[in-house]
Amino acid sequence: MTTYRNNVAAIRALVRADAVHRDVYLSQELFELEMEQLWRNTWIYVGHDSQVPAAGDFYTTDIARQPVIMLRDNDGQVRVLMNRCAHKGTRLLSATAGHCEAGVLRCPYHGWTYRLDGSLRSIPLKAGYEGTAMTESPAGKGVIALANVVNYRGFVFARLAPRGIGFEEYFGESLTSIDNMVDRAPEGRLEVAGGVLRFMHDCNWKMFVENLNDTMHPMVAHQSAAGTAKKLWADQPPEAPKPMAIEQFLPFVNGYEFFDKMGVRVYENGHSYSGVSFSIHSNYSAVGEYESLMEKTYGAQRARAIVGEVRHNTVYYPSLTIKGAIQAIRVARPIAADRTLIESWTFRLVGAPARLLQRTVMYSRLINSPASIVGHDDRHCYRSIQEGLAAEGNEWVSLHRNYSPAEREHLAGVYNGTSEVSMRGQFRAWAQFMTAGMTGGEAS
Amino acid sequence: MSVPTVDASALASFVYEEARLLDEKRFEEWYELFTEDAFYWVPLTRGQPDGENYTSILFEDKLLLRIRIERLKSPHALSQQQPSFSQHVLQAPLIESVGADGRSWVMRAPFVYIESQLDAQLMLAGVTRLHLAHLDGRLRIKLKKVELVNCDAALPQIQLFP
Repeated sequence: MTTYRNNVAAIRALVRADAVHRDVYLSQELFELEMEQLWRNTWIYVGHDSQVPAAGDFYTTDIARQPVIMLRDNDGQVRVLMNRCAHKGTRLLSATAGHCEAGVLRCPYHGWTYRLDGSLRSIPLKAGYEGTAMTESPAGKGVIALANVVNYRGFVFARLAPRGIGFEEYFGESLTSIDNMVDRAPEGRLEVAGGVLRFMHDCNWKMFVENLNDTMHPMVAHQSAAGTAKKLWADQPPEAPKPMAIEQFLPFVNGYEFFDKMGVRVYENGHSYSGVSFSIHSNYSAVGEYESLMEKTYGAQRARAIVGEVRHNTVYYPSLTIKGAIQAIRVARPIAADRTLIESWTFRLVGAPARLLQRTVMYSRLINSPASIVGHDDRHCYRSIQEGLAAEGNEWVSLHRNYSPAEREHLAGVYNGTSEVSMRGQFRAWAQFMTAGMTGGEAS
Repeated sequence: MSVPTVDASALASFVYEEARLLDEKRFEEWYELFTEDAFYWVPLTRGQPDGENYTSILFEDKLLLRIRIERLKSPHALSQQQPSFSQHVLQAPLIESVGADGRSWVMRAPFVYIESQLDAQLMLAGVTRLHLAHLDGRLRIKLKKVELVNCDAALPQIQLFP
């Protein structure tokens, strides 16, 4: 069996221009390397700043399986700290969210306290350390605060690796999808609202991320869910007002032509979005006075442009996927080669009618809940890949659809919606950032 | 005309029967227990105020229940090529409250729920509340609310009806 650790050539050989080796999904060693390399060298979504509105508010999560705290410091900055006491490693905070009393982080074990920027504040019976090297050791430096944290219009990202690609360079123009999602709020900001769905998947994280711009599966995999909805609605006269659930389900079984014409835009570094021209969210009914509220903020022309931009899924490789048009995001939290937690968060467009949040919440429930009939079939396919790939005789996963060698020279651009180009782009980034931190991998 | 009596024992029997219909996959009969404006609700958080403004694990009106049941019958329901089965184990249902009209009740039944699919088994526990009304000579469900003890946990797929 190939050993991938310290083997740049072997890792790069897993990714061909138009296919990937099954080990990228199956190998636990590669998974560990993904956490050490890919997920440290790239910008990972941590949380939204509306989760920590006031100084001292915190939210705990993980990046590449490392426990972190996202908190609001006294100066209003959102910081990301390692959730690890400098003394013996205790997780400082166990609750998912809360408030640091008196602006202090206090270790539950020996009572060491820290300021909100992570600096050491006090140690009980400190005299015991006199004459020791504790102060100069890592323990004396306080809680580690990540140096590379960017709050982009409320979306907080961090890069664990001290050195590496900058935020703007990494995401580039793909940030326009976040812009559009935020601009959709009449007051120009979002708030996390409605709760978080946490759906455990028994598959590799990449299967989920790839699927979001896989437009060849809905009409097949979701035939039983959306197709049933369509059939049940078929008897209704065309002028009958569609219930919101029907409006949300039906486009999943649109034909190949729809998904092909919808287009996919691919950026460097694994990012992409489908729904360049239109998407499954294009024909939702207008909601009350939303449009007039938008016009009041932005003027008629700009308001139309914002609301008319209805991208499907934008993938911020590797951790975040967003649906600006429906104000929902999905966050991948890898646990093992065959285990991934998918968190689905929903947002309120501040200043918009309540009905829009209700639409968002319904969509997330229908599609992302552990009880979602759409999710059941997706998860079934992911798991089936996880198991099917064990079969010998063909170790490669095909990504040939609409491949053109021209992509090797210049990837960024708009392609037909059913192309597998977004996945090819993801694996190109995968090979690059998997090896960027390895000896012999820097010059990729 | 005499009004048929609905005593505590009849109400409890109804609650047991509701779970039994699910476990025996008699979904059509189960569906008919619900009033036209009924909901089947599995909240995502404890004390969740409603299913409209907050995400739920399930918040299904009759239309969504119809789609769910029809899908289970479909040969294209991929995730059911290997079928799932369920078993509810209920603690004795008790009347939690009686409506002012004396013809509606909230029944409370703590439960353990097993859902299995070949080698995979999911166990859930919680409290089910059935909001019942006596309409047109029979008991109907206006709301089935299932509060899971681990509603905020990272859950695997739940394919049937807790």
